[in-house]
Amino acid sequence: MFVDKSLFFFTFGLIKMYAHSGKNGVHMHEMSVAQSIVQIVEEVLQEQNARKVLKVVVKVGELVAVVPESLQFCYRAITEGTELGNSELVIEPVPVRAQCLECGRDFSPEVPFLVCPHCRGGRVKLLQGQELQVSQLEVEE
Amino acid sequence: MKVLTVERKVLKKNDDIAAENRARFAAANLTVLNLLSSPGAGKTTLLERTLEKLAGRYRLAVVEGDVQTDNDARRIARYNVPVVQVITRGGCHLEADLVQDAVANFNLEELDLLFIENVGNLVCPANYDLGEAWKVVIISTTEGEDKPLKYPPMFRVAQVCVINKIDLLPYVDFNLSRAREYARGIQPDLQFFELSARTGEGLDAWIDWLENLIRQNPPDSGSTRKPGIEKQQ
Repeated sequence: MFVDKSLFFFTFGLIKMYAHSGKNGVHMHEMSVAQSIVQIVEEVLQEQNARKVLKVVVKVGELVAVVPESLQFCYRAITEGTELGNSELVIEPVPVRAQCLECGRDFSPEVPFLVCPHCRGGRVKLLQGQELQVSQLEVEE
Repeated sequence: MKVLTVERKVLKKNDDIAAENRARFAAANLTVLNLLSSPGAGKTTLLERTLEKLAGRYRLAVVEGDVQTDNDARRIARYNVPVVQVITRGGCHLEADLVQDAVANFNLEELDLLFIENVGNLVCPANYDLGEAWKVVIISTTEGEDKPLKYPPMFRVAQVCVINKIDLLPYVDFNLSRAREYARGIQPDLQFFELSARTGEGLDAWIDWLENLIRQNPPDSGSTRKPGIEKQQ
């Protein structure tokens, strides 16, 4: 992310201050997530020598603080008028699965509590639900 | 038309830079804490009281993250502690690259403890690893005791929870044990400090814990110890 390196010095030179302006005026983290998705899509298009992307599939785990509607909105806003402008963003929610470290069984917890329904154990290993990744692209060759 | 399987992490760039930061901090034997809360929970006041107690005896530094103004950095600078203010201009959280640039202003080898005060927000900063050893979430008794239930990702990634403004308990409907219970339901290994940054009540335990961290440098950190909730690979 771009950081304005013009530093201002205050009070005995102890405070250094600099301002950071998000590339497109980042106001929520869905915007910065959308920007990262676009970067990944552009990288893949270049690597694969593909012309155009039709569909972008993103997996979003249930434990990740990303609002699908906001992400859609931000994706539309930053791709409009670009080569990604007509692409469809598909958000695939990933439900949480966990394994109890006490009794060893897998379960689907009642989020937000990750408590084992079998033995009431609170020590768990997360198997899924923390994903935030671009999983698939449909491209025109 | 062709379907490509990609499977690339959206926040990989941030995670990579956070890993660089973490390695850099470890090489400098430096413990780094990321302070997280909603606006007004008392992050800066807690930091001020902490600096008051520790600044003369240890080498400290602060990175201040705010949407706008350098007010907090000015408050911190009064304690004769080097501070860098990062202004996000609307950005709701700090990212690892901002921290990397900010700490370039310090000689990390000559520091014992570095505090990063994140932007006041209980949502977005949970997703962004900065390379810190400890994530400290601060809630206050003037907020609802159900904060952990409303913002579970933040409590899940934190190792320490400070409950601030306990001096106001007689005047507010905040149930301390229920707050702890909710938070532990989200993260069973969460360590609590209950204090009032304003009156100083309960502050000693927090200060002792920080001094212990400094004595243990290189850090026995929140990110290296075995967590109650193991992250998926």
